[in-house]
Amino acid sequence: MTNESDLRAAVAVGVIGSGDAYRELLGAIVEVARSIFGAKASSILLYDEDTDELVFEAVVGEGEGELLGMRFPAGHGIAGWVLATHTPLIIEDVREDPRFATDVAEGTGYVPSGLMAAPLLNEERALGVLEVLDRPEQSVFSLAEMDLLGLFANQAAIAVDLLLRARRAERLLDGREDELAGVADLASKIAALEDDRREAGLRLLRELTATLGG
Amino acid sequence: MRASLSHRYLIPEPSSIRQVDGVTAHAAPEARKPLQAWSLPKEAVGGIALPSQWPEQVTREWAWEGATGKGVRVCILDSGVDAGHPLVGELESAVTVSLDDDEKIVVTEDTEGDLAGHGTACAGIVRALAPECSIASVRVLGKGFTGSGSILLAGLRYAVQEGFDVINMSLSTTKKPFAAALHDLADSAYFQRSVLVASAHNMPVESYPWRFSSVISVGSHEEEDPFTFFYNPSPPVEFFGRGVRVRAAWVGGKSVTASGNSFATPHLAGICALILSKHPDLTPFQVKSVLYLTASNVGGEG
Repeated sequence: MTNESDLRAAVAVGVIGSGDAYRELLGAIVEVARSIFGAKASSILLYDEDTDELVFEAVVGEGEGELLGMRFPAGHGIAGWVLATHTPLIIEDVREDPRFATDVAEGTGYVPSGLMAAPLLNEERALGVLEVLDRPEQSVFSLAEMDLLGLFANQAAIAVDLLLRARRAERLLDGREDELAGVADLASKIAALEDDRREAGLRLLRELTATLGG
Repeated sequence: MRASLSHRYLIPEPSSIRQVDGVTAHAAPEARKPLQAWSLPKEAVGGIALPSQWPEQVTREWAWEGATGKGVRVCILDSGVDAGHPLVGELESAVTVSLDDDEKIVVTEDTEGDLAGHGTACAGIVRALAPECSIASVRVLGKGFTGSGSILLAGLRYAVQEGFDVINMSLSTTKKPFAAALHDLADSAYFQRSVLVASAHNMPVESYPWRFSSVISVGSHEEEDPFTFFYNPSPPVEFFGRGVRVRAAWVGGKSVTASGNSFATPHLAGICALILSKHPDLTPFQVKSVLYLTASNVGGEG
């Protein structure tokens, strides 16, 4: 194996399946955000530059079943504004307005009465938006909560950055389907085996390498 | 009308704006924009004294009591404005900006209104404080605008060239490549007497143009009085305005309760409009000084 392919296989071990782990992390972040704010729902939307759309990447609470993977144009709405301006926004008492939060409403029929949204900032770019829907009606919003929202958004932005990196790496490996993707897949499977079977797997691999003249 | 801009002051890329159908240029009254002085001959010293009505002590009563904002042109650089909203009223103009193939700014009449609600909220807050000011909308949100700090820059460039008295910018960009150009524009606005009122970021990140000293930067306090504002002796945020649980206009003729520096900013913009309608000769430096002297934690009541 050349150094380059060594590297690819090593990267592949880390990359394959890591997208799922990062998605789980996003799920955990929205779960904690919802819990901390006592909200009915929370979600993370990612910006797809190719289509100029926002995509629901993690959803917990109201709309959980319907919204995941749903897309809508990034050029309008509250999430669109937050994404474009890199600025958080807190809106309450809006149930009377049918045009409010159309991103959520169109997908589920669920119209929140309040929404907090913060951009997921990675250096100069906004990767997406963190939304927290319907805090308890009796609670009064304060600047401390704005700070808390920002902290969550920062954490989510790091997780999103990792997820996007993993996806990029996966796409790169996918591009070499006939060659290194198979090696990467094998490496990933061996890494996931229990001790005895992993040892057997490694033995097989050594024999295969010897057969191939390594 | 537009030609008068080019020789008035140096604005970065002054010839880069192309007007498209339906947009009328509203050059600001020349009386408010005296020629720049580069030196001070002896005989001119008397001519640069402060206006005779400048009081020994600047109070809110002197600064804006009885003022309505009449004669002052306020620009809302945002998501568009819902024209005719009961809390906003009619607009002087509504445009959206885009860039053509040569990177020239193209200004078109905006027929889409507010694409998010945010601009309408800001316009409504300004209107509540300065009921007779003139409000114009420059929309910088729209399809394909995301991630493009250049549209924000183009919108601000247009607003500065239009010579609005007050420009409300309840947004910022974190894109560093645009910082230098935004800085130039903020300075151009400052020297040509356009008061640029800009939201500080709600999160601890570097963004622009609120960090520049030529603008009036605004963060939030939690008080309920719209005229309560504080001077911050620990900048870069210079003032705190009402920004928590603000009842504000929204799209579709509705209202919402909104929080964030976005909504503190138009409070200060509205107060600036009041000050300028009573004292149209003030420069942005003087307006900022008046704000300082009348701040709730300095000399102001409320």
